[in-house]
Amino acid sequence: MTTLLAADGTSEAAAASGVFSLTWVLVALPLLGALILLVGGRRTDRFGHLLGTAMPAVSFVLGLVMFLTMLGRDTEERSIGQHLFSWVPAGSFQLDAGLLLDQLSMCFVLLVTGVGTLIHVYSIAYMEHDRDRRRFFGYLNLFIAAMLLLVLADSYLLLYVGWEGVGLASYLLIGFWSHVPAYAAAAKKAFVVNRVGDFGLSVAIMIMFFQFGSVGFADVFAGADGASKAALTAIGLMLLLGACGKSAQFPLQSWLLDAMAGPTPVSALIHAATMVTAGVYLVVRSAPIFEGAPNAQLAVAIVGAITLLFGAIIGCAKDDIKKALAASTMSQIGYMMLAAGLGPVGYAFAIFHLLTHGFFKAGMFLGAGSVMHGMNDRVDMRRFGGISTVMKVTWATFALGWLAIIGFPGLSGFWSKDKIIESAFVGEGWRPWVFGLTALIGAGITAFYMTRLFVMTFHGRRRWEDDVHPHESPALMTVPLVVLALGSALLGLLLGPTGAIQAWLEPVVGETREEHGVLPLWLTTSLTIALVLLGAGLAALLYLRRPVETRAPVGSVATRAARRDLYQDTVNESVFMRPGQYLTRSLVFFDNRGVDGAVNGLAALLGGSSGRFRRLQTGFVRSYALSMLVGAALVVGAMLLVRL
Amino acid sequence: MNYIYLSAVLFSIGSAGVLLRRNAIVVFMSVELMLNAANLAFVSFARMHGNLDGQVIAFFVMVVAAAEVVIGLAIIMTIFRTRQSASVDGANLLRY
Amino acid sequence: MTGLATTVSAAATDTGTGEAVAFWLLAPVAVLAAAGMLLMKKAVHSALLLALVMLCLAVLYIAQDAPFLGVVQVVVYTGAVMMLFLFVLMLVGVDSGDSLVETLRGQRVAALLAALGFAGLVIFGLGDVTMGNSGLGTANEDGNVEGLANLMFSRYVFAFEATSALLITAALGAMILAHRERLVAKLSQRELSVERFRHPHPSPLPGPGVYARHNAVDTPALLPDGTPAEISVSRVLTARGDVRAPDATPADVREIERGRNDPRGVEQ
Repeated sequence: MTTLLAADGTSEAAAASGVFSLTWVLVALPLLGALILLVGGRRTDRFGHLLGTAMPAVSFVLGLVMFLTMLGRDTEERSIGQHLFSWVPAGSFQLDAGLLLDQLSMCFVLLVTGVGTLIHVYSIAYMEHDRDRRRFFGYLNLFIAAMLLLVLADSYLLLYVGWEGVGLASYLLIGFWSHVPAYAAAAKKAFVVNRVGDFGLSVAIMIMFFQFGSVGFADVFAGADGASKAALTAIGLMLLLGACGKSAQFPLQSWLLDAMAGPTPVSALIHAATMVTAGVYLVVRSAPIFEGAPNAQLAVAIVGAITLLFGAIIGCAKDDIKKALAASTMSQIGYMMLAAGLGPVGYAFAIFHLLTHGFFKAGMFLGAGSVMHGMNDRVDMRRFGGISTVMKVTWATFALGWLAIIGFPGLSGFWSKDKIIESAFVGEGWRPWVFGLTALIGAGITAFYMTRLFVMTFHGRRRWEDDVHPHESPALMTVPLVVLALGSALLGLLLGPTGAIQAWLEPVVGETREEHGVLPLWLTTSLTIALVLLGAGLAALLYLRRPVETRAPVGSVATRAARRDLYQDTVNESVFMRPGQYLTRSLVFFDNRGVDGAVNGLAALLGGSSGRFRRLQTGFVRSYALSMLVGAALVVGAMLLVRL
Repeated sequence: MNYIYLSAVLFSIGSAGVLLRRNAIVVFMSVELMLNAANLAFVSFARMHGNLDGQVIAFFVMVVAAAEVVIGLAIIMTIFRTRQSASVDGANLLRY
Repeated sequence: MTGLATTVSAAATDTGTGEAVAFWLLAPVAVLAAAGMLLMKKAVHSALLLALVMLCLAVLYIAQDAPFLGVVQVVVYTGAVMMLFLFVLMLVGVDSGDSLVETLRGQRVAALLAALGFAGLVIFGLGDVTMGNSGLGTANEDGNVEGLANLMFSRYVFAFEATSALLITAALGAMILAHRERLVAKLSQRELSVERFRHPHPSPLPGPGVYARHNAVDTPALLPDGTPAEISVSRVLTARGDVRAPDATPADVREIERGRNDPRGVEQ
């Protein structure tokens, strides 16, 4: 069933020549932009946003040229490796820093730079009134550079550098308005939860070094064939932990909804299209390892399935438009993880869904930003309504994104998500049923809450407050919306039914043979469409026909639980935070009493005993003479003792 | 050999005197007694060893003791002039 | 001196009964004197007892073939050093005796224990020592003094020179220490005369009984006009009422005068 994997592809990476010798420029340009903007400070305020937008734009153009060149090459020559410099020459551990540009990385490069540039353009207008716009662009560029390094790295250690870089950029951007304590706390929460994942990734790297003696992709994948199952399972589980942290999968998902505290372009870029997909990239890239560790692979699929439902349920009860979209992101990435955990049958579709999701989710986030921009930065959907009449372009682009995500036939989401649902039904035993039905039901719930979101925002009676006068956003904001909407609509057509994405990725992730699921194809497809229509119809009934309350009603138990993010914060606090605090308190207590007590006690002891000994100094010559005589007697005694 | 024992006894008595008497001059005299006991030991050893080195040393001890007594008594007198008391317990300011 | 020395040394080389007697006689005396020095209340008594100890030791030196040292002990140590002690004791105050009450707690017990312990340890340690008794026969061949001089000016010449420097230093030091600074300017002769004439009686006071027949202390002198001068007798006598009348003659004087029956004895 499985074919030989990326081991061959990467170990035969062609040397970088021609346009590919500029691979490092892809990373270097945004990095340079970030450096100039952040170090330059207020002096660069006037042109900061333009420089910040130009850098990823040039990277995109360069990436596009490379892509076209790659298309023109034979399949065997599409994998390019560029050696940068010797990084860790430490005896038995030799590591060179290098870049690997193969088909998988190419997809990500285009996605990151393309969508990234669009979001940069959008931010010029969105952040126009913000004093710190230049700093914003600096951080965005830093993020682009780190993300590109992550996907272009040719070793796990260099990937880790990029991994940490995006985590840092995420922290800086979530807490961009750091003068608001809640936002700063959200940034910290994101960073800390990410850290837990990073711990997993670093342990995985350590095990790799221990097992294979190297952490480069080529060496690790070559050695994965002969390594023990236990070692591979350990590595796989640790990699999964890392992916969970970065991609907000269960159990490390609690940070994503709070991360909406950052400006909307940040949510679009980082927490929709790119950073949260890094976990999926890691899993797909490490396919050889997971292929050798079926248990770890199963864990990936289970995590994906759980998160899929988790996010969907939360999304149904959120009234904050950004948080609803964030829950949707969590759920969609669950789909990608599920696909990646299904093995070679699903890798290509995971990436496919990742690409399409990047377009429509970013488009919807930017659309939400446009709505917020018009509604004086309000986010409560209960105070929206009827915006379609005033913000036409936003409405139209958002509608395309909405249709894409629910899987309306013909649009990109239909092609990518349905493929995943089909693959979920492939397998033996209980697996296809559990995964398949989960994916199916998830699709239905997705349709429900996304329709709810769309309808509450754009249709129905106007429930605006008195001080909002919504108007269409400026061109700099609407043009990216249009481009992304076009992508949402057409990208799926281009890649899916033509089999282009599978063929393109085959050298990296292996051949995806068409397997037969436990249910026939037509049944799966029709069930999906039926559930989608059901969900959408129910949402329209509840929120279009019936008037929407401006104050959220109490709701059922499930609604209340979903509003509380299914008590994820409560669980985290009671399981980790409280014991941690107790531990800290007890350590502080121990330190104060024990350590300080010992030290202070020693000092007091010395002080006290010196106070006693002081009394020997009576000042009288005669007592000193007495001690001299006693000493002399002792010396004589000692001498006699020694002799005897 | 008995002379050595006598020397030891005299020395101990002298040291006890240093410890027990408060009058500075009597303390000084006890020190002189100790020196004399040492002299006796030297002379006895000179006889036992059969050379005069012990006696030479005893001679020097005597000379030095004499010089020491001169200075010591001068000091005691000076102290007495200022304090009107010759007690060694008077100089106890270096106490705790 | 040499004759005495040779006789004494000859007797001393005989380590027989003579020396033993000398030792057993003098040793207890010395010990008792030393103990007494320790225990005496008056400092002068202590000094004298120390002198006694030193004399005993001098004899013991002589008994041990060290005649020179014995004599030096008497002359220098006992004669000069102990006398110096006595002089200073006089200066400091003969009456300044210690009260024998011990002010420091436990000092007495501790001192006794320490001294006894020390003595015991040394004596115990000495018990195991065996030493020869070669005697100073060969060393004293040319005489004790010559032998000493031989050693002193050959092997110990540095010590000798150093000691002489020490002696000079000691002498100078004593002079400096004992020097009393003049706190008041010395009065010149003129100032002394001025002081004298300020007094009511510039002339020297009359000795008692100068203008009288009798020169007894208790008989006042007569002033030129015949009245007795009160200042010529001690105030104490005046206060005691022991002053005689100027013309009173004692009975024994009259007795003598009557007994003489000298045609020239004229009563005035």
